[in-house]
Amino acid sequence: MSGVMKRMGMIFRAKANKALDRAEDPRETLDYSYQKQLELLQKVRRGVADVATSRKRLELQLNQLQGQSTKLEDQGRKALALGREDLAREALSRRAALQQQVTDLETQHQTLQGEEEKLTLAAQRLQAKVDAFRTRKETIKATYTAAQAQTRIGEAFSGISEEMGDVGMAIQRAEDKTAQMQARAGAIDELLASGALDDQSGMATKDDIAAELDRISGGTDVELELQRMKAELAGGSPQQAIEGGKQDQAQQSQTQHRFDKQ
Amino acid sequence: MIVRIMGEGQVLVADSRLPGLNRLDDELLAEIEDGDHEGFRKTLGALLEAVRSAGEPLPDDALQPSELILPAADATLEEVKAMLKDDGLIPG
Repeated sequence: MSGVMKRMGMIFRAKANKALDRAEDPRETLDYSYQKQLELLQKVRRGVADVATSRKRLELQLNQLQGQSTKLEDQGRKALALGREDLAREALSRRAALQQQVTDLETQHQTLQGEEEKLTLAAQRLQAKVDAFRTRKETIKATYTAAQAQTRIGEAFSGISEEMGDVGMAIQRAEDKTAQMQARAGAIDELLASGALDDQSGMATKDDIAAELDRISGGTDVELELQRMKAELAGGSPQQAIEGGKQDQAQQSQTQHRFDKQ
Repeated sequence: MIVRIMGEGQVLVADSRLPGLNRLDDELLAEIEDGDHEGFRKTLGALLEAVRSAGEPLPDDALQPSELILPAADATLEEVKAMLKDDGLIPG
């Protein structure tokens, strides 16, 4: 994927950590700032509305004055028709005063109209700026949220690895201890086998049964020996053995003599 | 896959729906590069609508990074173009 979605995502991720550098939560600050801008925009709009209201009031006054002016003109015409020139002059002079007011009000109206147009334009521009700010605010907020999530994931991972480390240490300790015990057991076996250590476990000491068996087998050996000797005395082959012994003795005495001669 | 629509929030879209969205996304990119305002407006609207209908909205307080990000519905072609530049809309 290489479209807008992916590219924007990549840019956001690249920017993510930078957004986290700020100590405060930029999302709250941005929302507050946006709120302030909206309030300002609201004020400007209220100003536009106030000016428009004043303009309307002026227009009403102007209509009223123009109505009075028309009325005075009619009255002057009627007075003249009736031959009352003095009355006609009075009406026309009053009308002239009203006309002066109308001119003044018209000038004010124009000024207000200009003011209103300027304010309307300012409000539109401000609206566009606030809209742009909203877009930017959302961008930053999205980045910040993503960065925060990434940080939390990172933290979770490091937490897991720390725990794994602890587990690893525990296993190592257990293995060391086992090996140490095995070595010790091996050494003790060797020492026992060599006789350097007395076996205190009781396994090597002879119990009553073993002692009796030894005693019985020892007695049997004596009986067997006796029988063998009796058979030797009774038979020939044991005699030869005795003679063989004599010959050996003779040879030994001869050798001894040879040494004596030297 | 989590898709963020700026100004609206995040939407969880099944991966099986991505090929269809991809097509619109590529189309949108081409229109931005060509400066085709009318096409951009139309395709962006279609893409956003497709994401909204294909996905399930995530709650606002869900804290999960978006894998894909889409401009707001009222974003202009120039704004999106600026966002796609290296510097993006975020200074620094």
